[in-house]
Amino acid sequence: MSAVVDITDLQISFATDAGTVDAVTGVTLQVNAGEVLAIVGESGSGKTVTARSILGLLPDTARVRGAVVLSSKDGTSSQDVVPLRGAELREVRGQDAAMVFQEPSTSLNPVFPVGWQIIEGLRAHGKLSKKEARAKAVDVLRRVGIPDPEHRIDHYPHQFSGGQKQRIVIAQALVLDPGVIIADEPTTALDVTVQAEILDLLRRCRDDFGAAIVLITHNMGVVADLADRVAVMYQGEIVEQADVRTLFSAPKDPYTQRLLAAVPRLGQGVEHTRARAERRAPGWAEAAPVVEAKDLRIVYPGRLRQPDFTAVDGVSFSIRPGEVLGLVGESGSGKTTIGRAMAGLTKVTGGSLQVLGAEMNGFKERSFRPVRERIGFVFQDPASSFNPLLTIAEAVAEPLVVHKRAKDARAARARVDELLEAVQLPKHFGNRYPHELSGGQRQRASLARGLALQPELLIADEPTSALDVSVQARVLELFDELQKELGFAALFISHDLAVVDLLADKIAVLYRGQLVEEGTGAEVLGAPKHPYTQRLLASLPVPDPDEQAARRAHWEQLSSS
Amino acid sequence: MATAVTPESTGRRRTWRRLPIVNQLRQSVGLQRGMLVAGLVLMGVFLLTAVFAPLLAPYEYGQLRDAAGPFGAQAHPSGNHLLGTTVGGYDVLSRVIWGTRTALYVIVVAVLLSIVIGVLLGLVSGYFGGWLDRVLVVIADAIYAFPTLLLAIIVAIVISGGQSSMWGGVFAAAISITVVFIPQYFRVVRAETVRIKNEAFVESARVIGASNRRIMTRHVLRNATRTLPLILTLNASEAILTLAGLGFLGFGIEPSKAAEWGFDLNRSLSDVTSGIWWTSIFPGAAIVLTVLGLTLVGESLNDLADPRLRTRRKAADTPQGMAEVAVVPGGTLTAGPGGLAGLETGGDRL
Repeated sequence: MSAVVDITDLQISFATDAGTVDAVTGVTLQVNAGEVLAIVGESGSGKTVTARSILGLLPDTARVRGAVVLSSKDGTSSQDVVPLRGAELREVRGQDAAMVFQEPSTSLNPVFPVGWQIIEGLRAHGKLSKKEARAKAVDVLRRVGIPDPEHRIDHYPHQFSGGQKQRIVIAQALVLDPGVIIADEPTTALDVTVQAEILDLLRRCRDDFGAAIVLITHNMGVVADLADRVAVMYQGEIVEQADVRTLFSAPKDPYTQRLLAAVPRLGQGVEHTRARAERRAPGWAEAAPVVEAKDLRIVYPGRLRQPDFTAVDGVSFSIRPGEVLGLVGESGSGKTTIGRAMAGLTKVTGGSLQVLGAEMNGFKERSFRPVRERIGFVFQDPASSFNPLLTIAEAVAEPLVVHKRAKDARAARARVDELLEAVQLPKHFGNRYPHELSGGQRQRASLARGLALQPELLIADEPTSALDVSVQARVLELFDELQKELGFAALFISHDLAVVDLLADKIAVLYRGQLVEEGTGAEVLGAPKHPYTQRLLASLPVPDPDEQAARRAHWEQLSSS
Repeated sequence: MATAVTPESTGRRRTWRRLPIVNQLRQSVGLQRGMLVAGLVLMGVFLLTAVFAPLLAPYEYGQLRDAAGPFGAQAHPSGNHLLGTTVGGYDVLSRVIWGTRTALYVIVVAVLLSIVIGVLLGLVSGYFGGWLDRVLVVIADAIYAFPTLLLAIIVAIVISGGQSSMWGGVFAAAISITVVFIPQYFRVVRAETVRIKNEAFVESARVIGASNRRIMTRHVLRNATRTLPLILTLNASEAILTLAGLGFLGFGIEPSKAAEWGFDLNRSLSDVTSGIWWTSIFPGAAIVLTVLGLTLVGESLNDLADPRLRTRRKAADTPQGMAEVAVVPGGTLTAGPGGLAGLETGGDRL
């Protein structure tokens, strides 16, 4: 088999305000024709930079050494991309190597029809007539699975769904029949069910179009599903390269082993839930619930000439003291809206939502304020949930100061240090500013802030979805320990079934604003009743190539029926 | 190297190196640094001249005679009058030097007034929204639509009512400039407030139960004002131009009350045709250099604040060791006009 891409001793460094920073130090890598090579690693490991160097897509501040030899698909020509500039580089882009970006909604130009954007690539490289180019674009759209392509080719990006947009981006990459496609986290921005379809399409790119794929991802499930060979990157170096079965069954490098161990797997939580259930005091089931929703409805008013949007439609559930409810669903299912309504950030428009005895339907900020003291909230994005101008200690002290438990941040410092210790952060981190902490550290500080007032209820909105796998594992573990120790009730919102399974006593599945299934982890994940839950479970890729192959067959069966 | 930065920025955060302008000066390279340094030098000369005007100027601004008798009108530059005298018999050099004081007063008063009012209105309007916001935005737009100099003239007439003492003139000029500038600060602060209002950290403060006043002062205000230093320097130069324009059109300050460049330029109009160059060149040059200095500082601060416009030194040839990218996303960024713009959200880096 011939190598389409041959990277030898690649070193990349960036000029920053703080001087030179090395992103990649000595990477040697081959991509063979018609194979899927996955590059995995955490953020900052250099995987994206390495892949982008194949297309010469690095900013001016980058300095590249080494060789990246790119061969054309038929193997007739090959050249080193590193010294190429301007027209020569443009000649290679699209023709020999193409790129699929992470966020389909931003990588298409909103003011041009999708067909125009596909044809643009054709025009840049060939002398096709308008008619031929259009025919080719229609053909490629059909092959990536866009229904009715003759008609849809003139539609604009906003008229397609997220998954369809990603298909179009892939079509854009495929139309020139490149030897290698670089897919940078192609499914990260998509829901699990859509992700399964896109992965299927990428597999067809390899099988039907014969393109090699460089897949950059941090999701081990995706790797197990799609990749033939895996390269693990850590701190700018490749620590391990192996074919996918060997890597998952017998990882050699300690880093790979740690990485694989940190991936949450379905079914891990069953034991854990049982242990928790046994610890409960008798009569617990009869205790008054902390949160009770009855036929809860939340409607966002529509704008001019647009109908109202019903985000949550008749949902009923309850959380008893000390219980963790996991709320699962894809984007737009209304899970975040429920969490925000419980914290009084979104208005309840119908039904009833009782939070710690206060009715949220028609609530008044003034009367709700004393209840706020008993609620903690952990936000999704640790980067933006801290005021960048306050130190971590000041931010954690904020709830104490607001509720007059301390006069100012300085007086609260002893308690803040305790809290930081509880979330396993060194005390002196209190003097740092949020941007000086890593994502995982920030999320732990966020947890400390949420717990500062010893709340009876903690609402965690996707607290780990912005974190790397290994960091996520630590934060989840910490959450579990603290919950055990402090005994607060919690609503844990996530799109990741495996994560919810690890922590929750009960799992509730939301689909388009409706609660389709609720029960313990064993019930919901072990024997799902609702077809949506079944589909959701089947589309979740598991980090094991053989098991994933079986699951994929099951998924195909489900989606075809 | 990013790893080395973390201890520095935690340990020595409040040192002089972190002060706004000093920090930018250290950040800049090449042409951008040249621009900034040139601007700072011009600004420094302007400030020093204003502060030490009584020592530097050979005569008073309104002085027409000394022990040896009257100065005489339109005298050539000579040993007694280094830059000659004006048609009214004033010493040009003294007028130019004393003029820096008037300019500085006007800048300080105008900028202070417009910043306080503009920021306050922008904050309240952006945070609460609703009808108040809509009304204020319409008023700001209406003021924008007005020719600024015309507006300044009207305000000057209303305030000074024809009399022109020094402070009367300074305040007339400053307040008329304020009226023109308030919408600028209002707009900028309002836009930032609307953006920050939806940030997760403001929501987190609301969830904690913080009052509106506390959220506005502690969380929104400081984050909303980071672009103000840039507008401030640019507006200061515009303030000088407006003052000179008012003086040139005859709405300035009487020569016996304070020195004012615009007024002197007006008086030297007829001199130009009769070959008397020194009465117009020097006040004109003073205006140009001051405005140039302020604009250069403002523009280079603007460029440096934006990581995309900022030029950096080339990456070094030798490997520097690994950086822990996750620890300091966006580089060595700290509070101040330049710093926080570079903060990136964690999600982008996956």
